Amino acid sequence: MVDGLEAVQAAELPTGGAFLLQEVGSSRIVSPETFTEEQRLYLKTALQFSQEQVLPLAERIESKDSVLLKELLRRAGELGLLMIDIPEAYGGLGLDKTTSLLIAEAMSPLASWSVTFSAHTGIGTLPIVWFGNARQKAKYLPKLATGEWVSAYALTEQGSGSDALGAKTKAVLSPDGRHYVLNGSKLYITNAAFADVFIVFAKVDGERFTGFIVERGTPGFTVGPEEHKMGIRGSSTCPLFFEDARVPVENVLGEIGRGHKIAFNILNYGRLKLGAAVLGGMKLQLGNALRFAQERKQFGTPVASFPLTREKFARMATLIYAVETMTYRTAGLVDARLAGRARQAADYDEHVIAAIEEYAIESSIMKVFASEATGQLVDDAVQIHGGAGYIEEFPVERAYRDARINRIFEGTNEINRMLISGLLLKRGVKGELPLFAVAQSVEEELTYGGLPRARGEDALAAEERMAECLKRLALYGLKVAAEAFGTELEQHQEVLAGLADVVMDAYALDSMVTRTRQSASNGELDAARVAMTRLYAMEAMPRSFERTRRALCASTRGEALGAHLARVAPLQLFTPYNPAELREVVVSAVEQAGGYPLSVVC
Amino acid sequence: MKILVTAKRVEDPESKIKVKPDGSGIVQEGLKYKINPFDEIGVEEGLRLAAKHGGEVVVVSIGGKEVQEQLRHALAMGAHRAVWVNHTGTLDQLALAGLLQKVAEKEKPDMVILGKQSIDDDQNQVGQYLAEFLGWSQATFASKVESLESEQEKNKVPALQVGADGKTVRVVREVDNGLATLECALPAVVTTDLRLNLPRYASLPGIMKAKSKPIEELTPEKLGVDVTPKIQVLKMSSPPPRKAGIKVPDVATLVDKLRNEAKAV
Repeated sequence: MVDGLEAVQAAELPTGGAFLLQEVGSSRIVSPETFTEEQRLYLKTALQFSQEQVLPLAERIESKDSVLLKELLRRAGELGLLMIDIPEAYGGLGLDKTTSLLIAEAMSPLASWSVTFSAHTGIGTLPIVWFGNARQKAKYLPKLATGEWVSAYALTEQGSGSDALGAKTKAVLSPDGRHYVLNGSKLYITNAAFADVFIVFAKVDGERFTGFIVERGTPGFTVGPEEHKMGIRGSSTCPLFFEDARVPVENVLGEIGRGHKIAFNILNYGRLKLGAAVLGGMKLQLGNALRFAQERKQFGTPVASFPLTREKFARMATLIYAVETMTYRTAGLVDARLAGRARQAADYDEHVIAAIEEYAIESSIMKVFASEATGQLVDDAVQIHGGAGYIEEFPVERAYRDARINRIFEGTNEINRMLISGLLLKRGVKGELPLFAVAQSVEEELTYGGLPRARGEDALAAEERMAECLKRLALYGLKVAAEAFGTELEQHQEVLAGLADVVMDAYALDSMVTRTRQSASNGELDAARVAMTRLYAMEAMPRSFERTRRALCASTRGEALGAHLARVAPLQLFTPYNPAELREVVVSAVEQAGGYPLSVVC
Repeated sequence: MKILVTAKRVEDPESKIKVKPDGSGIVQEGLKYKINPFDEIGVEEGLRLAAKHGGEVVVVSIGGKEVQEQLRHALAMGAHRAVWVNHTGTLDQLALAGLLQKVAEKEKPDMVILGKQSIDDDQNQVGQYLAEFLGWSQATFASKVESLESEQEKNKVPALQVGADGKTVRVVREVDNGLATLECALPAVVTTDLRLNLPRYASLPGIMKAKSKPIEELTPEKLGVDVTPKIQVLKMSSPPPRKAGIKVPDVATLVDKLRNEAKAV
């Protein structure tokens, strides 16, 4: 097996959003099949920990046993699971982002734990890794790496959620110049009940948005009562109050007035990571639903044998394949951008931030796609369980509630849809991405009736062509909308969101075709992967065509609209497969494996 | 002290094991492999003893290139270095014990710890042969007095107790009617039972360090061992599928069937 990273480096590294402009398979992608031997071993340890030490304690965790959560973080620390993103110089392992994501995947089967873990290792620790000075890193990171200290991240306020920079919490320098005096409050802070260290955003003199490291026990700083949440009930979520809280000046994180840099970069990574942070849970739910349906009999037959149940298994597996493929592809891109850079170099973290920023479009795709895929999957899982799925005794009831938050946090899906289309256009306008040039040639091609052709001649040639059609639909729609609305386009949120969905379908299908081809053994494509790719394509094509058409209808009218519709019309044509046959290929692989069929851990 | 432990590569019992239609072996495709769980317990015990008394844990495995995976696993757990006896093809228990004997004579450990058996062919012979070949004392089926949930286990206290003079080892072993305690002179061969300890996970730093730990390659020729099998497996077959049970209407019928059909009462 070729090492994925090397393979990606060998080809020219695509920039963020470039997948929309390049042909399917332009460069090799990282996928679980390309994980290195070490990555597989890390994953094995993490899975073992999650399955043996976390899942069996689910009930105690769900009862908000914060002593237990803290103890689990410490045990995770002993195994090095909290060290991945922390540099070696500060007690970490300084590993790559692919590893960070596969560990996040392994931690994800129990969402309350997953959120606790991510809040600590991600939003709680990374601000110090990326923006802390040497003294701050030396003081906090070694203790965060072992789990001796737990961290939390406080951005949201009563009046500022999506509009994060509208924060009201204020910081004023004390007369003696030794402290910032903080006043205000924060809301929905994960890990608040037991965290030792809080990354808090406040505006210096009510103006300059700035990050602070606030330790528990700081005078004037208190943690409020637990919120009672719909899901992820085991995780701690409390408000924070600052009443003349005195934070030493040396705890200012990064530059004064540059807090937005911290907040936005942390969010970018969080969004990318969300794909991984739902994946383990999705796989677990598929396995559980399968087992339930095989045992549960109705009309004298196991429920698992009914076509409408099998259709759900196929859909679940397909969604997992899509999320898994896009997640590790994107992580691999970030890693490839960092390859060859010395991890000890003083400016390494700046390159990490830049590499993640480069793939902000793909990261927002991951956030929206993965959160909605897991929503669909748990819905199917409950349905397969029938009445039992509505009863608390069954873990699927919890999974259903737990999944909902994913569409809200790390930037709502609405915000992220705006970002996907918005960033593509912005980079196009700035000339960072030749979006408009390619869109122009798409228009010309469509005008004289040209249609994309597949380069490959294998079983996925049609899907390759469909992926190219999806990209053309997205590009054409974006171009028409940009021309119609110019700078006003921001206000036409439905147009942007609809086209973001088309972009997501394009990224998903492009990734699935590429990975399925790349993982062929002895030139032979795996039947289940081919079937999942086809099932995905059959869903994506009509809905993306319809979304593009709506965007066109919202952007233009009359003759112009007629011409646009006529140009894109041929892009919707494809020959569908017999869905029941495809479904059977997928489900028999699922049954054979007792769950998601593509496990890479040996 | 120096401890030699084994790490046999075995089929993961969680993968589906099927016998080939011609009975010549099992179907290899789609199988997953792992370190023999009894060997893993041996590695853990070795690591605990080395942590307590100082010294080195050397792990040995026999097989093709793929057994390096199991050696890496033991190294990631904390073993200091590895010996790989490179050999592809069938080996019977006598050959395995012969190879281990030569490795032990070369390494001169104070103790060899092996699983009491490997979960693939469940022979339970190699440890005993090895002790005989080396002329060392042996203690099989090492277990512990406390449960695996005990404080001692949480604190990773070794269950094998080495004497103050470092010349003996006290081993609690499982026997049919309970536990027996043996004291044997070192060097000794010890085989592990299931209730000896809970093996640690390979930590992430451990996995990273394992990458740079040495694996020494040996061969049966270099060790001067003739591994020609003396035992030949003629045929493998799956156990016959279980017949479906029946439901009886009442206790009387049950007793009747147990007495007259099953002849169990």
